[in-house]
Amino acid sequence: MESTKLKYTLGTPQQFLPQIGRVVACGPVELAIFRTSDDQFYAVENRSPHPKGGPLAEGIVSGYYLYDPLYDWKIDLRNGEVQAPDKGIVATFPVTVDGDNVNVIL
Amino acid sequence: MRVEREKLVLIGNGMAGVGTIEQILKLGGAYDITIFGSEPHPNYNRIMLSYVLEGSKSIEDIILNDRQWYEDNHITLHTGTTVVRIDEDTRQVIADNGLSVSYDKVIIATGSNSFILPVPGSTKEGVVGFRDIADCDAMLAAAQQYRTAAVIGGGLLGLEAAKGLVNLGMDVTVVHLLEDLMERQLDHTASSMLQAELKRQGVKFAMGKQTVELTGEERVNGLRFSDGTELQADFVVMAVGIKPNTQLAKDSGITVNRGIVVNDYLQTSMENVYSVGECTEHRGTCYGLVAPLFEQGMVLAKHLVGASTQPYEGSVVATKLKISGVDVFSAGEFTETAEHTVISAKDEWKRTYKKILLKDNIIVGAVLFGDVTESASLQKLVKQGSEMTDEIYNEVMGTGCCGGGGAKQGLSVETMADEEIVCGCNGVTKKAIVDAVTENGFTTVDEIKACTGATRSCGGCKPVVEQILQFVLGDSFQESAKAGICSCTTLSRDEIVAEITAKGLKTTKEVMNVLDWKQAEGCSKCRPAVNYYLGMIYPDTHEDEKESRFVNERMSANIQKDGTFTVVPRMYGGVTTPEDLKRIADVSIKYDVKVVKVTGGQRLDLIGVKKEDVPKVWEELDMPSGYAYAKSLRTVKTCVGNQFCRFGTQDSMGVGAMLERKYERLDFPAKFKMAVNGCPRNCAESCTKDIGIVGNDGGWEVFIGGNGGIKPRIADAFCKVKTDEELVEVCSAVMQYYRETGNYLERTSEWVERMGLENIQRVIMDNAENRKELAARIDFALAQVSDPWKKMLDDDNTRSALFEKANL
Repeated sequence: MESTKLKYTLGTPQQFLPQIGRVVACGPVELAIFRTSDDQFYAVENRSPHPKGGPLAEGIVSGYYLYDPLYDWKIDLRNGEVQAPDKGIVATFPVTVDGDNVNVIL
Repeated sequence: MRVEREKLVLIGNGMAGVGTIEQILKLGGAYDITIFGSEPHPNYNRIMLSYVLEGSKSIEDIILNDRQWYEDNHITLHTGTTVVRIDEDTRQVIADNGLSVSYDKVIIATGSNSFILPVPGSTKEGVVGFRDIADCDAMLAAAQQYRTAAVIGGGLLGLEAAKGLVNLGMDVTVVHLLEDLMERQLDHTASSMLQAELKRQGVKFAMGKQTVELTGEERVNGLRFSDGTELQADFVVMAVGIKPNTQLAKDSGITVNRGIVVNDYLQTSMENVYSVGECTEHRGTCYGLVAPLFEQGMVLAKHLVGASTQPYEGSVVATKLKISGVDVFSAGEFTETAEHTVISAKDEWKRTYKKILLKDNIIVGAVLFGDVTESASLQKLVKQGSEMTDEIYNEVMGTGCCGGGGAKQGLSVETMADEEIVCGCNGVTKKAIVDAVTENGFTTVDEIKACTGATRSCGGCKPVVEQILQFVLGDSFQESAKAGICSCTTLSRDEIVAEITAKGLKTTKEVMNVLDWKQAEGCSKCRPAVNYYLGMIYPDTHEDEKESRFVNERMSANIQKDGTFTVVPRMYGGVTTPEDLKRIADVSIKYDVKVVKVTGGQRLDLIGVKKEDVPKVWEELDMPSGYAYAKSLRTVKTCVGNQFCRFGTQDSMGVGAMLERKYERLDFPAKFKMAVNGCPRNCAESCTKDIGIVGNDGGWEVFIGGNGGIKPRIADAFCKVKTDEELVEVCSAVMQYYRETGNYLERTSEWVERMGLENIQRVIMDNAENRKELAARIDFALAQVSDPWKKMLDDDNTRSALFEKANL
């Protein structure tokens, strides 16, 4: 069974500061959108995989990695995988940029 | 098509049972697993309850397997459900709520209950055991309400409970039947030393007392002893022992003695039914400590997955008391008889004691007090039944002066078997640790902890884990110990600062690029550090990098665990006005602030502000930022001083507010706290501040390097000055010297110890020119700063990116 995917337009690239996360709620899912220093965009669910939870958007970004703001877990923005020695995964969503629109599909 | 898996039911959601399941999963056992637990919590680390009581850990911290773990492993979990019977004929497990689950194999791990003395009054209100989270909660609640407590039982658990209650502020007496504490683990000498140490820590003792009655009406109010004497107590903890919880087994027709009787493969008298942990009796022994439970669990897990295993032949019991500051250890036999050869050393000055018992030259037992560094080696020697040799003697008695540490460490861990359990609390073997190090390239105990769980609980195995790490890494262990400020670089703080100045590096990116960082854009440790060093070196030209700031500094507000923030406005010197208070109250109501808290720094903290509301709260408060989130000057705490106080000799409120206004907003290596007192009564607690100032009739005395936090330190007397101008100059010079030489995140308490007080005095007090230059440099830096809340309110772009949440 294939569920229907929706495309949301998040805004213009300029609205996203390099290496600083921004929160966007897309229907029921709250996303943290990151723009890396090479201007790639990534979207992850704004919820730490740490057992105690918490947001991700305020973390420090280095390359394609995010250091979560509350527990300092290192997370790969490309696939959502938590790096060793911690374990876990964050839901990731594909982001496209066409012209002046940053879009996410979920 | 999916093969039907065998159904395994675990009764008891505690450490022993779940530990066994973890082993089964690790070994790839293909069972369909259901777990029943009577308590409403997921599996937690029972031996850590002492820390919960002590206050150093929360219940959340001691949860071993959260509900996600059960889900991830496809385990059906029924908490708050007690199994009442196993029906062998229908092969079903039946619970008190009527639920029945069919099984192929059952593990009983129902643990034990507190043994409650069968004396009159033992069911009164205010009498508890010390076994589970509910008991712990009862004790925490009692400490709020009552003053005196009695703990019946001077064993391991009783002493931990007693110390916990003392820490909670209660007046606690330990009542013990015998003359020696922990008589089942310690000999008379160690026991006396332990009692003396606990007395020093505030625990009282009633030794050789048999409790015959608990007195009081509905609620207990005291104890009566067999000798007719009495003890007043509003709260009683029974810690006389544990009783294997065997009711279910009995009701199901399984053979029960003191515990549920099992053979060497943990099989009970009922086919396909096994038992592990404290409810179990093996070869006549019921164990009440954690390590044997894991050893049983390992054997059972292997048996259930069909792997080859040695039978379980009983455990050597080793004990470690979990009271901070009291180190006691015992393993194997501890009371000497005619057939033992005794090696002992007692040092009454250092308050240490060490005893090793040999039988036919075989090491059969050991007791340590005060210094337990050899506990891991001794436990192993006793367990293996090693023969005493000169080499071992020199190692464990610490008499060998040559040979060096390397050889010694090799002796312990190199010969250790792969399957040997290093961390008894979490059942981690040597092999698991070695694999974790070799496969993941770990270099620290913390990494091993996060990956394997070793050292996560009582921490007693940390020396062994360190030794294993050292053994596996060999020479590179040394190298990693001398690493740089984080794993991204091998450069030290001083080297980085020198390179920045020498090469004129301007941004973190440039620093990391030129200095060849391993991770091009650094990590959460080095980015904020380098950003600080750049700002310190170039106060006027460095463009602060928001993206290199830790969340709180980036947002100018403190993040809470639920993602909301706190807002703390300035109250210079802890002085406010009715108008400001009114505005704070209005804004708090308007934005539905969850809690308004008076902080330790004499101001108000608005807790639980939604992220998107934070800028609005700032705007409507219209007050300067209190920098409660920053590595910067927090508050200047003041007493009332000579404006009002009859003892006051100086205007502490005025000078405090002046200093807070002067030094606010500047970045420091770590947070910075000050206090100003109007007289030597020191009501504003100068001794625990980074700079503490105490007024007297002739001027001021300045103290530095105090800290009230994790590692409390009383501030050192730094100098005395006569005028307010001199005071400001000294404060400026100390702060700037700290800013220029401190490691990022290093508090002044550590900085003073590292630099040496006399050294700092020489730089600042003995050299007026230098002092004035330092003061001029901080003034230059102070001229560059401005209020961050205002700045953010004026910058629509950044504010929107940081705080707004778009809803699509």
